[in-house]
Amino acid sequence: MELKRTSKELLNELLEKHYAGAFLAKERGEPVAWCTSISPQELLTTAGIYALYPENHAAAVGARKKSEELIQYAEGKGYSSDICSYARVNLAYMEVLESEAGNIPKPDLIFCCNNICNTVIKWYENIAKELDIPMIMFDMPFNHEYEVNKQNTKYIKGQLLEAIGDLEKITKKKFDHDRFAEVMEISTETSLWWKKASLQARKKPSPLNGFDLFNYMATIVCARGTVEGRDLFKLWHDELEERGRQGLGPWKDGEEKYRIMWDGIACWPYLGDTYKVLKKQGVNMVTSTYPDSWYIVYENNDLEGMAKAYSSNYVNRNLDFGVDNITQIVEDFSLDGIIYHSNRSCKFMDFRQFEVQRRVSERTGIPSVIFDGDQTDPRSFSLAQYETRVQALVEMMEKRKQEGRD
Amino acid sequence: MDRVAELLEELKTIARNPKESVEIALRDTGKKGVGCFPIYAPEELIYAAGAIPFGMWGGPIKGNLSDRYLQTFCCSVMKANTEQALLKQYDILSAVLMTTFCDTLKCVMENWKVASPQLNIIPIVYPQNRKTPSGIQFFQEELTRVKKELEEKLNCRISESDIQRSIDFYDEYREKMNQYMEVVRGYPDTIDAVTRHLIIKASYFMDKKNYIQKMDELISELRKRQIETTGREKRIILSGLMAEPEELLRIFDENGFHVIGDDLAQESRQFREEGPSEGTWQSRMAKRIAQQDGCAFLYDAEKTRGHLLIQMKERYQADAIVLIQMKFCDPEEFDYPILKKELGEANTPLLYLEIEQQMDSPEQIRTRIQSFAEMLA
Repeated sequence: MELKRTSKELLNELLEKHYAGAFLAKERGEPVAWCTSISPQELLTTAGIYALYPENHAAAVGARKKSEELIQYAEGKGYSSDICSYARVNLAYMEVLESEAGNIPKPDLIFCCNNICNTVIKWYENIAKELDIPMIMFDMPFNHEYEVNKQNTKYIKGQLLEAIGDLEKITKKKFDHDRFAEVMEISTETSLWWKKASLQARKKPSPLNGFDLFNYMATIVCARGTVEGRDLFKLWHDELEERGRQGLGPWKDGEEKYRIMWDGIACWPYLGDTYKVLKKQGVNMVTSTYPDSWYIVYENNDLEGMAKAYSSNYVNRNLDFGVDNITQIVEDFSLDGIIYHSNRSCKFMDFRQFEVQRRVSERTGIPSVIFDGDQTDPRSFSLAQYETRVQALVEMMEKRKQEGRD
Repeated sequence: MDRVAELLEELKTIARNPKESVEIALRDTGKKGVGCFPIYAPEELIYAAGAIPFGMWGGPIKGNLSDRYLQTFCCSVMKANTEQALLKQYDILSAVLMTTFCDTLKCVMENWKVASPQLNIIPIVYPQNRKTPSGIQFFQEELTRVKKELEEKLNCRISESDIQRSIDFYDEYREKMNQYMEVVRGYPDTIDAVTRHLIIKASYFMDKKNYIQKMDELISELRKRQIETTGREKRIILSGLMAEPEELLRIFDENGFHVIGDDLAQESRQFREEGPSEGTWQSRMAKRIAQQDGCAFLYDAEKTRGHLLIQMKERYQADAIVLIQMKFCDPEEFDYPILKKELGEANTPLLYLEIEQQMDSPEQIRTRIQSFAEMLA
């Protein structure tokens, strides 16, 4: 009888298969695209274009502590140390095409969606220019109104249709709408399982160690449109549900004393350090803004719904939405505190953070701290500062517990 | 004092005293004022509403009120604007049009809604896919939405013919500015780098009608004069967000440079593209932006800016390009490595200067400009 595999085992296999598959596609002469992390990959999967994600790759390079050399290479080319470190890693990698952390093949197409920031426009323009390859750009206007309005949805739907035309020209093949419907359905199902799995952390204690969100994130980015991806997240959900049923917490060797949310991207070069500092104090990061980022759900064959879902990413929404969103998370996950990552790479997340922190604090009363770091540049993080901030947060959370206010 | 000197002095005073200039413009015309954030704003709509658009490009403002909203690594222009908003310096305006060309602008807009609600903020999103059918359609709808918001906030009605007339007027203004750019090339002593900049900057704090009259007079007075054959032999083109503070340009003047042209967002990018004279008002405005290229803030997979700069250098027989990098301005920062490579391949000398709008000491910059002057000599 075959042994039942765990989602963690499958996760690693799937990632390895993802990267190996890209090289195989390249060998077969099939086009490979470099895509932003929350872009409508459904179109590429349907068109038979292999999708790779530079943000994923840069995060992996960072997590394996190999980002600094690439960052220095990019800075040597004239890239400012003030721009996004994912971009610096990737714009260097684009030229050297070699990292001990793992490799990805050179792209034939650039596929960019600015629902995560406008920085990606500039970054991807530069790749397209330097490698002299075509670029498909999805412009998702910043939603300064609370909801994603019809005007924006119509514009995005128009771009999806224009992109289908562009892809037909690039692949010289007719776009297969039946296959598209299939990929849309799988992608939505995968998103649903990703969200359902992450919601298991609402239980007290949480069966999920939230740093796993960071580990599984690479897969939701790259396998959202695949059956293997969907099955993986369903399995992860089932495992967490079972752990929850048994009353198991996040760790074998420790009790969950405090439950917090992490705002922003991980500090990949210090993933272990940032995790250990929290765990040592019994702090479980039960959730972050990630679960909703890949919750891209829409009715099948509904291009307007798809347009709206892609535009709904929380960073592309206004500040009122951001505050409501985190306030709801605090309630749903019974949080004791929040840790805000002032990420030197991401001005888009940072420059609203102070106001979000103030308003969430007023509404929920829970304590929070901000620490300075960076997603992949190891030079912009101080472990001592991080420890001090976490310590302060723990003291504030403990005080509230003693006062019976949690 | 001759008429040219008088006009220059008047415009320079306006540019150097934004708040007073805006107050005078409002008082003299009896119109309402609407602030416009960088990089582009649909000024034609504001003008059609019978109001005056004023530019909001930071200033020599220091202080720490903006620290409540923005981290230290935010660009100095947006920090200065936020500081002034919190000091209630903009309360004389009836509305403020805020844009989303970069991530910082999006955040600043969201913060201002909370920090300064009295400013009647009107958001506007320019499409990045500005040349495609869906992008042009979106922009036309966005302009229509902004027109409606302006009508509400300014309590007025804007008719289609008002807007058509306003676009015609702005085409005239753009034409006039392009004439100015041609003419000043012949008078580098009378109109040095500092003066050249301030004359353009004055347009941000005046009723354009008044401004155009003065520019018209200035241009015709200058044309009466003999072309200046000057000792300023190092001809440069400035590129970047903006060339401020004034001290920066003064160093170029002191070292014998002649600014022969510019690709600055605050200057030529505002008017170098003239739009179509036919069509609905929405399509005229949308098509003008669709034609605009070589700007760091507008999506351009071809990255035409380098080519444009090389063309400008040839056209004006410039000796070098000076790239003025506003610190923490991402879109401009991303363009630099590509420009460096392209200009290098074209054997075009390039000086890259990183600045902040509120420079304490320009000494380091002075040394670099002096060395560059020696290199060119």
